[in-house]
Amino acid sequence: MSAPHNHSEHDHHGDHHGHDHDDGNHGSLKDYAIGFILSVILTAIPFWLVMAKVFDKSSTTAIVVLAFAAVQVVVHMVYFLHMNNRVEGGWSMLSTVFTIVLLVIVLAGSIWVMFHMNKNMMPSMGNDVHNMQDMQ
Amino acid sequence: MSDINANGALSADPSARYYVREHHPENSTLLGFWIYLMSDCLLFAGLFATYAVLGRSYAGGPSGAELFDLPLVALNTGFLLLSSITYGFAMIAMQRKNLKATIGWLLVTGVFGLGFLYLEMYEFLHLIHEGAGPQRSAFLSSFFALVGTHGLHVTFGTIWLITLVFQLKKHGLTGENKRRLMCLSMFWHFLDVIWIGVFTFVYLMGVLP
Repeated sequence: MSAPHNHSEHDHHGDHHGHDHDDGNHGSLKDYAIGFILSVILTAIPFWLVMAKVFDKSSTTAIVVLAFAAVQVVVHMVYFLHMNNRVEGGWSMLSTVFTIVLLVIVLAGSIWVMFHMNKNMMPSMGNDVHNMQDMQ
Repeated sequence: MSDINANGALSADPSARYYVREHHPENSTLLGFWIYLMSDCLLFAGLFATYAVLGRSYAGGPSGAELFDLPLVALNTGFLLLSSITYGFAMIAMQRKNLKATIGWLLVTGVFGLGFLYLEMYEFLHLIHEGAGPQRSAFLSSFFALVGTHGLHVTFGTIWLITLVFQLKKHGLTGENKRRLMCLSMFWHFLDVIWIGVFTFVYLMGVLP
């Protein structure tokens, strides 16, 4: 995305490195408290939506619940795992972005391919089963 | 481009050379561990994809709506969330160089982890007892594979945590132990992130009609 930017962050990090490497980046009490409260809210709402059957259409519920999950993953990443583009000179962030790209390819690809395969295979397979039953 | 810069800095300023060499070993364990977690994430992506494909293939057997007990899952989720923040407290105690508090919060985290495992084992045994074991349908195979793999991770995380408690008791807050605590912290929070996917995708979306 921005190599020069990363590089300057790297240098900046390096300047500090000598004297405060012990502190590292493990977050403060405030970080953990904010993260915890947010994740409780972001967990409670989807459970409530599903258990109280708030929406009539299940596709609406599914999309809303997935959106809450996505937000909660980001909250955990930021407040519990302390992700930002400064850690390890940006390498953690880079490996995470790479993983997310692979993840999207694996998940979307599998679902897409298998959905179409099911759609194309099912009728004939169904017929085969019927034929077999007819034969018996 | 950064190579050219680094070389330029090398010739211009000898201290920069020292920094370039010193910087990497210090944090390489944490970065390496992070990359391990990312590869673990891909393993879970495979299991999630399998569940996405097979999750509605009931083979005439019970469906998620009939099997899943959402209050139990909510309790389980609560245990894992609480264990995440108690681990955070352990890390804060470590930063304050408070050995006793670190061990105390680690033990609290371990108790929540064991509570999670107890509830999950209870659920699995209950399902198997009802005849809804992994061999019943493709849905249940992929369910047990995904949730079981997460459970195994929590099991190993708990074993690691107990080991660390003994290490801390014996050696105190040394540099090595701090590094181990930070790695386990990443591992533990990572498992919580995976669990978000599990309870959303498997349980909540599984009971939808």
